Amino acid sequence: MKLTVTVNGRPVSAEIDDRTLLVHFIREVAGLTATNVGCDTSSCGACTVLLGGQSVKSCTLLAAQADGCEVMTAEGLAGPDGELHPVQQAFRAEHGLQCGFCTPGMVMAAVSLLAENPSPTEEEIRAGLEGNLCRCTGYHNIVRAILAASNQTVSREQAG
Amino acid sequence: MSEGVNVSILGTRVVRTEDPALLTVGGTYVDDLRLPELTWAARATFVRSPVAHASIGDIDVSAALAAPGIIAVLTARDMDDLPPPPPDDGGGGSEGAPVPMGGPWSEPLLAIDRVRYVGEPVAIVLTEDSYQGVDAAEQVIVDYRPLPVVLGPGAADAETLLFPRASSNVAVTAGVPADELAFDGCDVVVRQTVQNQRLAPVPMEGRAVAARWADGKLTVWVSTQNAQISRFILAGALGLDPAEIRVITPDVGGGFGAKVGLDRDAIVVAWAARRTGRAVRWAETRSENLVGMTHGRAQQQDITIGGTRDGRVLAYRVDIVQDTGAYPRMSGFLPGLTSLMAVGPYDIPHVQTAFRVVVTNTTPISAYRGAGRPEATAAIERAMDLFAAGIGMDPAEVRRRNLIPPDAFPHTTPGGAVYDSGDYVVALDKVLAAAGYPGLRDEQARRRRSGDPVQLGIGLASYVEITAADAAAGETARLVVHADGTATAYTGSSAHGQGHHTAWAMLVQAELGIPMDQVTVVHGDTDVIPEGVGTYASRSLQLGGVAVHKAAISVREQARQVAADLIEASEADMELDTSTGTWQVRGDPATSRTWADVASHAGPEGLVAAVQYAEGQPTFPFGAHLAVVEVDTETGKVRHVRHVTADDAGTVLNPLLAEGQRHGGIAQGVAQALVEEFVYDAEGNPLTSTLTDYAAITAAELPSFELVNSQTPTDVNPLGAKGIGEAGTIGAVPAVQNAVIDALSPLGVRHIDMPATPARVWAAISEARESR
Repeated sequence: MKLTVTVNGRPVSAEIDDRTLLVHFIREVAGLTATNVGCDTSSCGACTVLLGGQSVKSCTLLAAQADGCEVMTAEGLAGPDGELHPVQQAFRAEHGLQCGFCTPGMVMAAVSLLAENPSPTEEEIRAGLEGNLCRCTGYHNIVRAILAASNQTVSREQAG
Repeated sequence: MSEGVNVSILGTRVVRTEDPALLTVGGTYVDDLRLPELTWAARATFVRSPVAHASIGDIDVSAALAAPGIIAVLTARDMDDLPPPPPDDGGGGSEGAPVPMGGPWSEPLLAIDRVRYVGEPVAIVLTEDSYQGVDAAEQVIVDYRPLPVVLGPGAADAETLLFPRASSNVAVTAGVPADELAFDGCDVVVRQTVQNQRLAPVPMEGRAVAARWADGKLTVWVSTQNAQISRFILAGALGLDPAEIRVITPDVGGGFGAKVGLDRDAIVVAWAARRTGRAVRWAETRSENLVGMTHGRAQQQDITIGGTRDGRVLAYRVDIVQDTGAYPRMSGFLPGLTSLMAVGPYDIPHVQTAFRVVVTNTTPISAYRGAGRPEATAAIERAMDLFAAGIGMDPAEVRRRNLIPPDAFPHTTPGGAVYDSGDYVVALDKVLAAAGYPGLRDEQARRRRSGDPVQLGIGLASYVEITAADAAAGETARLVVHADGTATAYTGSSAHGQGHHTAWAMLVQAELGIPMDQVTVVHGDTDVIPEGVGTYASRSLQLGGVAVHKAAISVREQARQVAADLIEASEADMELDTSTGTWQVRGDPATSRTWADVASHAGPEGLVAAVQYAEGQPTFPFGAHLAVVEVDTETGKVRHVRHVTADDAGTVLNPLLAEGQRHGGIAQGVAQALVEEFVYDAEGNPLTSTLTDYAAITAAELPSFELVNSQTPTDVNPLGAKGIGEAGTIGAVPAVQNAVIDALSPLGVRHIDMPATPARVWAAISEARESR
């Protein structure tokens, strides 16, 4: 089938196999590889992107379902001069990433979470991230990064 | 270290140089490579055994060969171009080394006449795209003839043998027979069988490889912790000279020990590229990863602990059955390391260990974050709590009475480990103070008195672990200061999330004053860095980092001569200002020269130093963890509410990175204690082969962690550093497990195996109530 998806503001048109998943369209057709595939059961969230402003797991949608829609990936977050988005800045400042594989999906999930709830509590952040797995950080600094990105105070936990 | 009065960058919270790319365009993992030489690469899909144990009859590939997009279907029968297997040594090999056993225990690349676990690779299918690969692989018809399935510690006595030529399912036996005399003089002796359950490592990036054979050279891009070891393995398996192979490690999305070297699947992909002349790439699915990547842990431990009523432990014994899965890839290494570290941080006069390694029809077991040490700590820390309960003493006090005192270092254990430095009592006391231990016990008592259905549990663990266990193998570094004044550090160490590039650049800046942003760190390319070991066993900073540090010192001393020549002054008068990265005659700023001036004066190659650094002994980080849990006694649900730790890994280079390692380690430890377990049914079918079934821990199941600072330098290396990658896991597992049991002890619950799922906790509560 032929379709057009606007990815990070750029229309991408292609003839694709009907069964092509949105994540594979983003990676193989649009050529944007920040969005990763971490599982095959919609469990890990590494493929999280925004579809029409809502966070979705792009391994769970057919590309056909995004025909005519706007998709934003991690590549689309930074400003035109390369300035990091506040969530990206906070992830760096708070060391909210290590190997980086979950990071683009985690950042998009965080952007979506903050759009829905601009001042979340720690508990709300943890509940909101339940669908995004990270194996490196223990989530501690991811939670702090999202608190920081929402302009809330982040305590230094060093005790002694 | 550095000259002058400048404040060093070492020990400060420096944000990572790796992050801008990872946050904006994402890392470049193997499957992200868009290189011209991989443009037309075939996609590999493996045909894997759906049964746990079977002999293989015919493999019919005819239908698959007619599938759309098919390039090739290859089985073991096509592997007629490989070197003969090494001579049969009876399989003994080096039982203590972390290498596969040979002889009758040999593991084929693709199954030959028998499959021994669900997920074992049987054939490789090459297609134009990966969707076609899934379709074509389903068309490969394999005649599996089922054999009885062997599972669990009982494998030792099973009639069915996985390797008939080996005449046994026991691959390794070691240790000393039980000597009950050691427990004479004990007022109380406690025994318990505990399960250290099987876990899946689950790095977020699964295994991935791309390979190309061109112009007599094999290039392999692989997600690994060790490029150079991977090259060595490939050379042996494929019968190539190492010089004919280039291994490149792009970004790696986590490893946790399960990406040490490379697996048979990756070797098969490399072989297929050479065989077919097509570049081939493979990135496994998560369902493949959960059965195909090695698992960790899987020990059954029989523990016996005895001592006096005043809290002195006199004797400890642990008997281990190590389930090694279908192939003994690690020989006796894992339970051997458990045995070495069995006594933990305690001064116990009599310590005995013994182990057996058994093969079963399950995914092979290998290293997973801690690799034998979390198993040792889980056993001794569970034992300490059982002993404390047995004599009716507070578990913190029992630990304090048995910890090795600070004036006893270096301390040689009964098992022969030489602990380099530590202050174990201080670590425990710091954690107790930070947690407010007496207040927690008060709150616990209040809930017990009031019969609160949600009980509070407080769990402790003191630990010591071994890092850079293979210190003598060392690590390489080559540092170049270029004529433009920038520097490049080539390291044999290997990054997969730890922040090597940031840390190594800090080391260069500290010694030379070249700003971090002008220091490029390169790892994981055997054409550029032929010699190296890579990353495992928390070895990177204390070996690879020290190698960079020493290379920087060497460059600095070369530069001193060159600068003296350039300025026409005496070498002894030359001074490096590391705050500006300039050389001058001491006290004479007018003579100031930049690194570019000096390096270009040295010649077109700039300044170069190559270092192979090895240490004489491992180091022994230590610490204490305290976990607080709430247990709903009506549902069995456990909520982990606080986690306080002191993890002392010597001098800290970058607190941001060290804390990150601790956080991740703690989470994986909590995961083992509370939620994660890889489960098989009685037929050897995996019941947790997707992430909907394998309960990889989430943010919602964890609290924020409370980290206490503790830094006791080691004399073993000039940075004073020990390893920190695995400590969090090692300490967290027993602290959380002990907390759950502590919450329920008034009900008569004495032990609950991990993971403490609601079902298991609820069953333990019910059983305890019924037996009252």
